[in-house]
Amino acid sequence: MRFASHRDIARAVERGVRRAGLPIAYSAGFTPHPKISYAGAAPTGTASEAEYLEISLTEARAASDVRDRLDAALPDGIDVIDVIEGQALAGLRLEASQWEVVLPGVQPAAAALAAGEFLARGSLEVDRLTAKGSRRVDARAAVITIETDRSAGSPAPGNAVLRMVVRHVMPAVRPDDILAALRQVADLAPSSPALVTRLAQGPLPAGAASVTAAADGHAPGGQEHPSGTAPPSGRGGTPEHMTETTRLGAEPALVAGAFPAGACDEFPRGAGDPRRSAAPGNLTGEYPHARDRAERCRAQ
Amino acid sequence: MPVESVYARLEPLLPLLRKPVQYVGGEVNSVVKDWDTADVRWALMYPDAYEVGIANQGIQILYEVLNGCDGVLAERTYSVWPDAEELLREHGIPQFTVDGHRPVRAFDVLGVSFATELGYTNLLTALDLAGIPLLAAARGEDDPLVIAGGHAAFNPEPIADFCDGAVLGDGEQAVLAITELIREWKRAGRPGGRDGLLADLAARGGVYVPRFYDVDYLPDGRIRRVAPNRPGAPFTVAKHTVMNLDEWQYPRAPLVPVAESVHERFSVEIFRGCTRGCRFCQAGMITRPVRERSITTIGDMVERGLTASGFDEVGLLSLSSADHSEINEIATGLADRYTGTSTGLSLPSTRVDAFNVTLANELSRNGRRSGLTFAPEGGTERMRKVINKMVTEDDLIRTVTTAYASGWRQVKLYFMCGLPTETDEDVLAIAGLAGKVIQAGRAATGRRDIRCTVSIGGFIPKPHTPFQWAAQCDQETVDARLRALGGALRASPGYGRAVGFRYHDGKPSIIEGLLSRGDRRVGAVILAAWRAGARFDGWSEHFSFERWHRAAAGAFAALPVDLDWYTTRERGYDEVLPWDHLDAGLDRDWLWQDWQDAVDPAGAGEVEDCRWTPCYDCGVCPAMGTEIQTGPTGARLLPLTVVGAGAGEPAGTGAGAG
Repeated sequence: MRFASHRDIARAVERGVRRAGLPIAYSAGFTPHPKISYAGAAPTGTASEAEYLEISLTEARAASDVRDRLDAALPDGIDVIDVIEGQALAGLRLEASQWEVVLPGVQPAAAALAAGEFLARGSLEVDRLTAKGSRRVDARAAVITIETDRSAGSPAPGNAVLRMVVRHVMPAVRPDDILAALRQVADLAPSSPALVTRLAQGPLPAGAASVTAAADGHAPGGQEHPSGTAPPSGRGGTPEHMTETTRLGAEPALVAGAFPAGACDEFPRGAGDPRRSAAPGNLTGEYPHARDRAERCRAQ
Repeated sequence: MPVESVYARLEPLLPLLRKPVQYVGGEVNSVVKDWDTADVRWALMYPDAYEVGIANQGIQILYEVLNGCDGVLAERTYSVWPDAEELLREHGIPQFTVDGHRPVRAFDVLGVSFATELGYTNLLTALDLAGIPLLAAARGEDDPLVIAGGHAAFNPEPIADFCDGAVLGDGEQAVLAITELIREWKRAGRPGGRDGLLADLAARGGVYVPRFYDVDYLPDGRIRRVAPNRPGAPFTVAKHTVMNLDEWQYPRAPLVPVAESVHERFSVEIFRGCTRGCRFCQAGMITRPVRERSITTIGDMVERGLTASGFDEVGLLSLSSADHSEINEIATGLADRYTGTSTGLSLPSTRVDAFNVTLANELSRNGRRSGLTFAPEGGTERMRKVINKMVTEDDLIRTVTTAYASGWRQVKLYFMCGLPTETDEDVLAIAGLAGKVIQAGRAATGRRDIRCTVSIGGFIPKPHTPFQWAAQCDQETVDARLRALGGALRASPGYGRAVGFRYHDGKPSIIEGLLSRGDRRVGAVILAAWRAGARFDGWSEHFSFERWHRAAAGAFAALPVDLDWYTTRERGYDEVLPWDHLDAGLDRDWLWQDWQDAVDPAGAGEVEDCRWTPCYDCGVCPAMGTEIQTGPTGARLLPLTVVGAGAGEPAGTGAGAG
């Protein structure tokens, strides 16, 4: 699903909902649309293990039933991890994303150096080509942490892997923009396009803003723990809240109202990404492979 | 022999390509079977972009029919865009299937479905990328058989050099027969090698194998004769006809792509064949006789297809859907079943008939009334008689009045330009017709915001039709008439903004005309045009008339023929046509008489539809051993039983939910 656009995913979900036989609510009006809304979609070309969407049904259904049916009906590459009832997307406070970026042909040391260089800057403006022309974006301001992943089970041995936590801002700062900035500050250029995956989304802790400020003071080379002990930080450094969010399925389903809303955590991924599917659980403890995580949710 | 997926090599390139999702596969209901345990392996190709090909019914049907058999594996491949072609070449990645990303050359058969002749160059790209020699004569024992099908395969002579075989007509049973012969041949230790298999397919499989036929030419360039050059190859090769479509209920589980496609709906073919007798219409001539699916089969197919696909729109497909003997009951029955489910129903309606509007109203009673399309094809009554499209101006006005009065805001009218005996006045009359349509619409609704769009393209004479002998109108005349029509439409007082105008210029039609009625000598033109860069010729942004013109000039330089000879030249009764040895069932003398009736200076003779008038001896039923299959059956579509827990579940959404 890495190469599917948001429109493609949305269409696939609508059809999946119908195949699943769920009593989906439709908008009123001349051309009724199914009531499904999405939290900030991952850009086309990136995979994701943490997308959130909200579906309105016309009658109450058990969250676990919705999860199972939808997961079975959706195409390979989209897994439904969890469904919670009565929870609107807004309430999840999806304020930042954690991204994993595999840089083919880049040495981990070079990536670490570039990350340090990047963090040392106060701001880093890059050009982004849009349909309406070029636009300047500050790639630095939105980044809370950026560091190299040195865990043993690297998804791409020999190639540098970056982990970063990026705040959701308007206009959005995408992993592409950060890669452009890394090229700008440290001439970091992968031999083929970077493989980008969203690992998680969630709320930022109150101290996040100061983390950025603290990171500013770090010299290049101090990238191992750029933000010290303050979360979000460290390898796979997700704020506690984020983890909780992705585990919401562990909580009992709420009583359904007349128009219950469910929030689904679904995971569009590189459908034909044999590397990933062949190496489950190769991320850090906080982020096992999506399938494993789904199993865990089911077990609970 | 293990066959490796090319995906690992392809994936790093995908971010560099336009719309990479089209190369990924993974459609809902797609199938990847085990390679090693399959005896016969088909690669099915639609020679156009994925977004077009994924919606093709023919490929979907054959994909399911073949994969439904034990020991048979079928995967799909589509034309890659030029950006991908370049990158695949650079990285040495072969043409691949989107299901298992297996190299096309590893399959036993490459079956290519040609809906239009403009896909021929895309076949060459695919063969070349696959590493399969372009010329059938140069292929070895390890190369797949390249077999053409689809409507364009009714004259495969222009691509005879590139194909090992061609199958005329319905593919459902034909692919199974071919599969069996290949299986037998493999089990028997491949007797006679590739040539032995082709000889068997020609003798027993109903496959036309071009290399088993020699073509001689007269000094003036016409064909002297076409004759088989080995025992076992029949003098004429007949088309395949599936009788009893109720036994072939495909597609059952339609492919649902993640990528966007040209038709985002589930289509059910409600009948096959058409006997309206429009003289320009190749589809109507080569798919005879009419074979209806029963109302109950249609109901089952719609329900099964929707449940399996999640589509929210159903198209009731055929060459003239309102002609189904129980279309009224089908429309009402389906509309009742799917009331309140947000499932849209549509009828590709092209017949000018108020009944058609009533049907469209019934199908759209749950909302969504945007535009209706009708095809009068000719601007004057005289012109419409020549083409045997029996529609009067009164019919048209009555029809559009009903449409506008029922709430349809836009009516689209299809016409052709360059028809036999056509004059400038026949085309200009379209402007007058459009004016009357708007006038009628405004009178019927009391509103000024109704619209009418005139869409017009160049007429191309096609093989196996009464117009197969006709001179194609040259592109200068077509373009001049289109320009004049555009001017007249814009000048219509008071209607200028209410009338839209869309047209296709004449140049691509001339090349399509060359490819449609060409013989084996046209193969050299196709090859030269492809070498010069011709790709995706059906797409105006890729098509170059100049490139084709140069290719034709070069290939025909030493021959007594040229582009005009193939296109704007009228043929005589005695001329051997390149497809005369290919039998669509139509009696040649009947076709000729119909052609003479069309251009009779005393006024064109009309032919009724044999479904409700006596047989007029077109020849198909006796020649093919077939017969008309129409209802009515008297059956009705009952409301669907709600399956599963479904307390309070809206009717019609629950089936399959459990």
